Amino acid sequence: MGLIGKSVIKAGGVERVTGKGTFVADIKLPGMVYCAVIRSPVARGDIIAIDDSSCNRVKGYLGLFTAKSIPGNNVIPIVFRDQPCFAAKRVNYHGEPIGVVAAESKAIAHTALNRIKVTVKELEGLIDPLKAWGHRKIKLYGDDNIFRHSKIRRGDVESAFRECEVIIEDTYTTPYQEHAYIEPQGMVANPLPDGTMEIYGSMQCPFYVREAVAEVLALPLSDVRVIQTSTGGGFGGKEDVPSLVACQAALPACLLKRPVKLIYERDEDMISMSKRHPSWIHYKSGATADGILRAIQAEYIIDGGAYSTLSPVVLFRGTVHSMGPYRCENVHIDSYAVATNKVPCGAFRGFGSPQILFAVESQMDRLAQGLKMDPAEFRRRNLLKTGDTTSFGQKLSWSVGAKETLEKVVEHSGWRNHIPESAGDKRIGYGLSTVFYGVGLGAGGKHLARTGARVMVEPDASVTFSVGTTDMGQGMQTVLAQVVAQELGLPFENVRMMPTDTSRVPDSGPTVASRATTMSGNALIIACEKPRDSILTEASILLKIEKHNVVIDEGIAFDRKDGRLKVTIKEIIKNCFGKRMPLTGDGWYNTPETSWDNETGIGEPYVTYAWASNIVKLAVDTQTGEVEVLKISSAHDVGKAINPAMVECQIEGGVIQGLGFALTEEMMADSKGKLLNPEFSTYIIPTASDVPEIEPIIVEHPYPDGPYGARGFGEQPLMGIAPAVANAVADAVGVRITDLPITAEKIWRALRAK
Amino acid sequence: MEGIAGKMKIKFRLNGRLINADIPGGMRLIDLLREDFNLTGTREGCGKGECGACTVLLDGKPVNSCLVLAAQLKGRAMVTIEGLSDGDTLDPVQRAFLEATAVQCGFCSPGLILAAKSLLDKYPDPSEEQIKRAISGNLCRCTGYSKVFKAIKMASETHRNSK
Repeated sequence: MGLIGKSVIKAGGVERVTGKGTFVADIKLPGMVYCAVIRSPVARGDIIAIDDSSCNRVKGYLGLFTAKSIPGNNVIPIVFRDQPCFAAKRVNYHGEPIGVVAAESKAIAHTALNRIKVTVKELEGLIDPLKAWGHRKIKLYGDDNIFRHSKIRRGDVESAFRECEVIIEDTYTTPYQEHAYIEPQGMVANPLPDGTMEIYGSMQCPFYVREAVAEVLALPLSDVRVIQTSTGGGFGGKEDVPSLVACQAALPACLLKRPVKLIYERDEDMISMSKRHPSWIHYKSGATADGILRAIQAEYIIDGGAYSTLSPVVLFRGTVHSMGPYRCENVHIDSYAVATNKVPCGAFRGFGSPQILFAVESQMDRLAQGLKMDPAEFRRRNLLKTGDTTSFGQKLSWSVGAKETLEKVVEHSGWRNHIPESAGDKRIGYGLSTVFYGVGLGAGGKHLARTGARVMVEPDASVTFSVGTTDMGQGMQTVLAQVVAQELGLPFENVRMMPTDTSRVPDSGPTVASRATTMSGNALIIACEKPRDSILTEASILLKIEKHNVVIDEGIAFDRKDGRLKVTIKEIIKNCFGKRMPLTGDGWYNTPETSWDNETGIGEPYVTYAWASNIVKLAVDTQTGEVEVLKISSAHDVGKAINPAMVECQIEGGVIQGLGFALTEEMMADSKGKLLNPEFSTYIIPTASDVPEIEPIIVEHPYPDGPYGARGFGEQPLMGIAPAVANAVADAVGVRITDLPITAEKIWRALRAK
Repeated sequence: MEGIAGKMKIKFRLNGRLINADIPGGMRLIDLLREDFNLTGTREGCGKGECGACTVLLDGKPVNSCLVLAAQLKGRAMVTIEGLSDGDTLDPVQRAFLEATAVQCGFCSPGLILAAKSLLDKYPDPSEEQIKRAISGNLCRCTGYSKVFKAIKMASETHRNSK
């Protein structure tokens, strides 16, 4: 396994460090038109008029496009079909798109945007999800403003609580988190003379974009081709919303018959694009005197915003993860996604699980404290292991590395070996969290749980491959190139991934749910079968040995029994072409079945799970409440690290994004639903100065159905950091913060109230 | 100098080359680079000087090109990411970023690399604190910065060993 487990240098890395123009903003086409989006000035209201008469004198102004201009259906299809491309009569959130203006330059488009007169009759809106839920007068969705209710019912919670020695019950809240990818959203739509439409842009899910553009333009799917450009970060923020951006560019492109470019401004991006759902969680859990987690009862409410978008599936994942990675036989969970007059929330690394895990892991520490038990020992007694059944009734037949991740962070962090340190006003604390993540789409999206791939070997032994999933920075391109090179016995440098393009492979579902390496890796291994067989057949002829004795590795084929007998793959491939042997292959991979009972929440929601533990060491200033994070140890069971350096980088990046969620990140809305801090100077993400020592630790319990044992894990580095920080603060100064972010002010107030 | 819409003739050095140009008074430096010179490695992430993705070196110092008027180039020397490598030969800082796995999506990488370059030119053997301070104006949302620190230390070692 020469290339598997090797930290090869990033494919496409040279273009990145030399600043080559591979991003959507870099595209220039002859006759390009620029557009800008007209947005709702209120959270809820009726559109009376959109007047562009004062733009007609602006030289280079090309027109206004609204819901009325749409040739197809005014809908962005996601799970339900409630979100329009442009609000037609009613606006439902501040910043909702109601049209676009097109012009010969970006500056002219913005001049026109400022001159457009939008008249909206403001209506009372629902801003607070707890008030929106079942509101008697204002109906945003259905009869009760609930997009989805999910539940889990297992065992008998009431009698189980009676057996508990310790019961902890509290309310936890978490705010909006903004993805803050550094590249803003952007799209180029290029109508071709044959009536088809090409879309280029920054995105995670080209097949979602294709479906939306086809729907809005009334084109068959075959007439829309979507090509992903280099994508400057996604984190879920480029899952569903690029469909909106693409339609905003495609509509004027289609009607003007000219290429259109739309690049979002940063504040526009932050106001109108998806976020992590704010949440309200009421959590009660209990443990028996011997340290066994006996019962969990929880209510989990997420603020979905104005349209359902991905909320139903975010809620599904949140519900499945609402018991943490523990055995518990008595569970009663109710979770709700509520409609409000605010920007629709959607996918963000962890997908509904980081919020509930903040509660779960805070509770675990508080139960341990109540039992006077070491928090690591309490978790040890309850953590799932191979052969166990989860709290939603799934038997885990393989590869549960949860306990090993726990032991690794305990060992590496100096957990509890410290003598209570206090330098001046500072107190040191350690906080632990253990989390898990259901890999892939699971039962919430099983109709999409498949993926395609194509591999083409050229006569000179160079190779191209195509997949339907995307690289947004996480490293998929490199890891998949390693898999293809390994399967074909070629050097890594021979293999090139083609830009992800809907015309190259069948609809492969979205690039979400930490699924790209596992799904596309498996599809590529299948796609390599045919060319690999040709190579092995020809090698056996040239080496005059049995085919099963041929080994291919990094460009050489040799005899398994006699390493001296060799032939280059280059020569083999040349021969294969001469003999007209097949050197192209298609792969199609479906995941094994998943299931979920909507009434009981019992089933096998995901095919496999990734596991992780974190320990945060920090210092709290008792005078100011300020937190200084000193070290974070983070261990992850990834099945198999195909590229260990990239696994480490995913851990480090996720941990820091989680640290932002824990300490500083909070997008705020005013009482009228307007977002108040859509810029980097007021929405505070971690900078280089905020980064503590991070120790990434890789644990490998191979996933039998994954490529070389690998399974996805890219989301979970973020997921357990906030509760570990809360637990460390409690350890340091004895105050428990239950609403994120954990600011100095909140700690200071809690210390004063003690 | 004419009014904001007027143009002015200026001379400056861009990646070592002497340039004579007619610059509209209100034009931002980032637009001059991206639109007129097709130097797309200078990225626009916020347009407000908050993210550092548009960092270029002006007389060796990192500046946000979205906050500088193109006309301010007069008589000065500027380096963009495209001017760092020598043909196909990468600058040691660029090479270190690749070898240390300090690049994920790569959108912020040119800005980070230029900020690091400027630091190493001034302090060939920077402390951890100096490194953090030097790149604290360059936001990166992917890497968590640890591997960026490692890359800058590697580049610093390469730089010292080559002397």
